[in-house]
Amino acid sequence: MTEPTNSMRTPLAKARGLGSAKSGVHHWWHQRLTAIAMVPLVLSALYLVLRIAGSDYEQAILLLQNPFNAAILLLLIITGFWHAMLGVQVVIEDYVGSDWGRITTIMMVKAVLILLATLSALSLFKIVSI
Amino acid sequence: MAEFTLPAHSKVTTGKSFPANSNAQNVKTFSIYRWSPDDDENPRMDNFEVDLDECGPMVLDALIKIKSEIDSSLTFRRSCREGICGSCSMNIDGTNTLACLKAIDDVKGEVKIYPLPHMPVVKDLVPDLTHAYAQLTSIEPWLKTDTPAPEGKERKQSPEERLEIDGLWECVLCFSCTTSCPSYWWNGDRYLGPAVLLQAYRWIADSRDEYTGERLDALEDPFRLYRCHTIMNCAKTCPKGLNPGKAIGEIKQKMLERQS
Repeated sequence: MTEPTNSMRTPLAKARGLGSAKSGVHHWWHQRLTAIAMVPLVLSALYLVLRIAGSDYEQAILLLQNPFNAAILLLLIITGFWHAMLGVQVVIEDYVGSDWGRITTIMMVKAVLILLATLSALSLFKIVSI
Repeated sequence: MAEFTLPAHSKVTTGKSFPANSNAQNVKTFSIYRWSPDDDENPRMDNFEVDLDECGPMVLDALIKIKSEIDSSLTFRRSCREGICGSCSMNIDGTNTLACLKAIDDVKGEVKIYPLPHMPVVKDLVPDLTHAYAQLTSIEPWLKTDTPAPEGKERKQSPEERLEIDGLWECVLCFSCTTSCPSYWWNGDRYLGPAVLLQAYRWIADSRDEYTGERLDALEDPFRLYRCHTIMNCAKTCPKGLNPGKAIGEIKQKMLERQS
């Protein structure tokens, strides 16, 4: 809530503002959970990338069609973009001062990330269903 | 929008110099931020040379000496001169601390003194802490219970329960930590800051308090609590050696604990 500079409200009224949002714990916890989940996911995805780099086209497709490998990539897409969405929101909340600026920037960034996540998942589905 | 330079009227200029007596042997220069609301001048840095052979050991001793003997208009808060009242918090040699606990000998070269960062300045080294104090009031820093106290007796606490508030009750509310926190600089209108959150946890951790849940409810907020990104300037700067970052971590853990 941005205070007008000529406000006559008491200091306590300004400090209390609109009260507690009574949320935030899930955002904070999910950011940490997704960070931890990405450690094994990124390592196994890197291993997969190395194996793909050493294969020809047919072998590469077969590797990606393996359900375990495809699952790792799909989970990485979900957790990676989810983590990015939570993290970028925090950065915007830190640095964008105006209420409308903050809300619109968060919405736009989230829309772009959801679009990218959907495109990534669909690309994977396309390879898997070749 | 972001501002990358100070407004023209806030640019700090070079001020006056007050040299020490020519027969002084042990001279230290104190470069002190000066600004007065009573004229239209920009803030300036005045240089005071102090003969340390004629001065107490702490930065506050030098400030009091300067005010008594060189420039009586120098304005700063002080009271107990022994680190218990929290009045003389200011930025000395790049770190927020209490002037009465900061030894002059610990500073190499000239001693630069500014008011606590990123707060409105009332005059010279006196910051306006109105909002920070209101934020402290907003967390209701007093024992809240529904059960009446035992007739004619104190409310009991086991030695283990009493230990829970060690490292919390010692806070003297100097706001050195809060004004060292970048998150408080950017979002201090809504973020409570380390000093107030440490106080909030002091009452959450107190076994005699019966309003723990309500206290957590009031803190669960993206801005009030979760602007803390464990930058840890608070613990680094605390002149009493406390760790507000740890207290905030304990609050976050309690938030999670009650979810499952």
